[in-house]
Amino acid sequence: MASRGIKDRVAIIGMGCTKFGEHWDKSADDLMIEAAYEAYASAGVAPEDVDAYWLGTMGSGVSGLTLSEPLKIQYKPVTRVENMCATGSESLRQACYAVASGAFDIAMAIGVEKLKDSGFSGLVMTNPPNDGTPASMTPPALFSLLAPAYFKKYGLEADKGKDVLTRIAWKNHRNGARNPKAQFQKEVPLEVIKNSPRIADPLGIMDCSGVSDGSAAAIVVRAEDAHKYCKNPIYIKALSFVAGPAEGPLSQEYDFTTFPEVVASARDAYAQAGITNPREQISMAEVHDCFTPTELVLCEDLGFSPRGTAWQDVMEGFFDLDGHLPVNPDGGLKSFGHPIGASGLRMMYEMWLQMRGEAGPRQLKSPRLGLTHNLGGQPGRCVSFVSVVGSQIG
Amino acid sequence: MAGIVSYGSYIPYRRLKRAAIGQVLGIPAGRGERAVASFDEDSVSMAAEALRDALKAAPSPAVTSLTYATTTPPYAEKLNAALVGAAAQLPAEIRANDSTGSVRAGLSAMLQAAESVAASGGQAAVALADCRLGAPEGKLEQSGGDGAAAFIFGTENVLAEVEASASLTREYLDTWRAPGERFAHSWEERFALTQAYSPLFKKIIHDALAKAKVAPGDLAKIVLDAPNQRAAEEMLKELKLDPAKVADSLALTVGQAGAAHAALMLTAVLPAAKPGDRILVATVSDGADAMVLRVMPPAAAFRPVHSVGRMVESKGDVSYGNYLKWREILPTEPPRRPDPDRPAGPPMMRSARWKFGLVGSRCTACGTPQLPPQRVCVKCRAFDKMEPYGFADRTGRIATYAIDRLAYSLNPPTVNVVIDYDGGGRFLCEMTDCEPDRVAIGDEVEMTFRRLFTADGVHNYFWKARPRR
Repeated sequence: MASRGIKDRVAIIGMGCTKFGEHWDKSADDLMIEAAYEAYASAGVAPEDVDAYWLGTMGSGVSGLTLSEPLKIQYKPVTRVENMCATGSESLRQACYAVASGAFDIAMAIGVEKLKDSGFSGLVMTNPPNDGTPASMTPPALFSLLAPAYFKKYGLEADKGKDVLTRIAWKNHRNGARNPKAQFQKEVPLEVIKNSPRIADPLGIMDCSGVSDGSAAAIVVRAEDAHKYCKNPIYIKALSFVAGPAEGPLSQEYDFTTFPEVVASARDAYAQAGITNPREQISMAEVHDCFTPTELVLCEDLGFSPRGTAWQDVMEGFFDLDGHLPVNPDGGLKSFGHPIGASGLRMMYEMWLQMRGEAGPRQLKSPRLGLTHNLGGQPGRCVSFVSVVGSQIG
Repeated sequence: MAGIVSYGSYIPYRRLKRAAIGQVLGIPAGRGERAVASFDEDSVSMAAEALRDALKAAPSPAVTSLTYATTTPPYAEKLNAALVGAAAQLPAEIRANDSTGSVRAGLSAMLQAAESVAASGGQAAVALADCRLGAPEGKLEQSGGDGAAAFIFGTENVLAEVEASASLTREYLDTWRAPGERFAHSWEERFALTQAYSPLFKKIIHDALAKAKVAPGDLAKIVLDAPNQRAAEEMLKELKLDPAKVADSLALTVGQAGAAHAALMLTAVLPAAKPGDRILVATVSDGADAMVLRVMPPAAAFRPVHSVGRMVESKGDVSYGNYLKWREILPTEPPRRPDPDRPAGPPMMRSARWKFGLVGSRCTACGTPQLPPQRVCVKCRAFDKMEPYGFADRTGRIATYAIDRLAYSLNPPTVNVVIDYDGGGRFLCEMTDCEPDRVAIGDEVEMTFRRLFTADGVHNYFWKARPRR
């Protein structure tokens, strides 16, 4: 019984990503077609070369037909997967395992979400018929539960805590301003973020990720085949995914300053990749900053900062683009936007660009190991995905 | 000997100042304030709160029947008493009925309960509640109030024996409301006053005192649910009753609470009553009912869980604007969010003890309480080692909280709290009757039965936390 991982056995040879944002003129079909054809072109393969597909979407369609129909995929396996906001990462994980197993030579993972057609503000989820007792809280409220708990535990005054959250949003907007595919490509002054209208105290609207449409895709092959297609592929070092027992809402032992699921998936991923000191060994990370307190807590759960100190690292610029460990160099969910099924693959797209030196004005200096982290659910009750990728084998 | 063996009462937290109505509408306003059921309360949820208190205070509750009385039943068809009973965790083996149609439904339900236990034993529970809704600018909007009371009638450990009762039924047109109408109509006031209230009150009081063989001067307290203050004063004079003995009408603090009003007034005077005291209770509408109670020795030691006095003091204002929204008198722009889903019948039936009674589970292997009830223990993962464990009467403390300004609510922002119960167990739920700016980690909360929302005509009842009252 062990999670053995598939270190260096699978490579990404091509990726595509649409601009994220309010695509009033594009359907989910249009977005998938754009991302898929960009990925085909990037890998230098034809659509008929891809043997199998994993499509991640939370609500923009059901079954493999959601993808095979618009792409006219010729009688090949297409699996639709869903794992809440970690759906995109889940599709990648399945595609990687499929080629690693030898069942297929080339697989595509693609994620899509079309959120702006609903007519509702914020994210809308449908639930199975129930007894009317589950709490119906909005996502910002669920994640805002972290803030008072974290502030109290580590002795941050409310205003100081708010400054920490504000700086996280400021940093991600600053990075997104250097990204032509981000939903919001503008730096936002600290005081504008701090004074933005309250959504779920202490979170303002500027502490929330963007509701957007978008799609992203990756083509994967076995590592030994990578150079047939691509000069500079990136290699999968670790893929970890866990679903928690949802102890948070049930157990007094959970204190709302951590995601145990993230701790578990990070531990697993680091073991697979052979990482012992993530703060020093990881060159860059894309983490699930759905709301600013999430990123704060994640930086501790992922081992980037010792417990209770991420807020200091945030304030000192440790996670800035020019800091020691840049977090969300592409702008993150905050600034790049969060089309649910696409987000996990969008994170990987930044790894792809950065490791190949294609990240333009936000290019980091020769990143070697990158991490993506994607979660779905709420504090104390979530699924978590962690991947580690590298530019080299070994 | 049949009588009251326990009682409870409920006054909602919110108050509407009558001056606030006058200010907005530009009309003369009465003095004082009225109690207002919050946006998440109704006549069932308030009755359940009162009944829970009555059961908690009862020395040995073993209820055999339940009558729910109100003029504002949330369901026109479907037994409202079944909901009240489920929230109070009454057993299935009871007779239950709704008593409605007139404000006298309250007192007549009490008399029937007393007679039924006198005749056939057992314990009869009566839960009475009303949300008095008057059209803007009308008299009832200001004079009405919202509240509830509950009694358990029995034959042992009686606090107050029903010594005698009297009833009158007359057909006349005073107050009426057709099915589907929200506001009642009333005939001209002088007609009711001269032809109904005064003569009926005089006769019913005379009859009740005569049956009990009690002289007016022997009464210690008079609980007069008088729809008209002038009628009351005139009558007292004629009947040679001492105005000093008349119980507080709660007009300045609560308002006239419909079918629950006489009962609520009675629960307000009972704590100070001494063994041997005689209390007269009377109400008039479509006739009249009255009873004479004799206070018994066990009353000296009885303490209600929440006294009326405490509930009157525990309060927070509601603006007239919010009140109009809560009662859906003022339509509002719908939120750009999907409507809530109607709760589904089969899941509600499967989880009835949880949903209506807030009964969770406790692991018999490791002792950890948990809610909702689990099959696999969250702590030790023992499988199917659970026993039922109630949370409705437990207090807890806030572990963390969220102030949700995005969620649609008739009273934004929505406050959600993570509660750690004393004795174990954690729950994430909404908090009500609170001031959002003052919520803090460590605050003490208790549980309250509420109506979360209504979807497709189905009222979704469940529990919320509130600051301890």
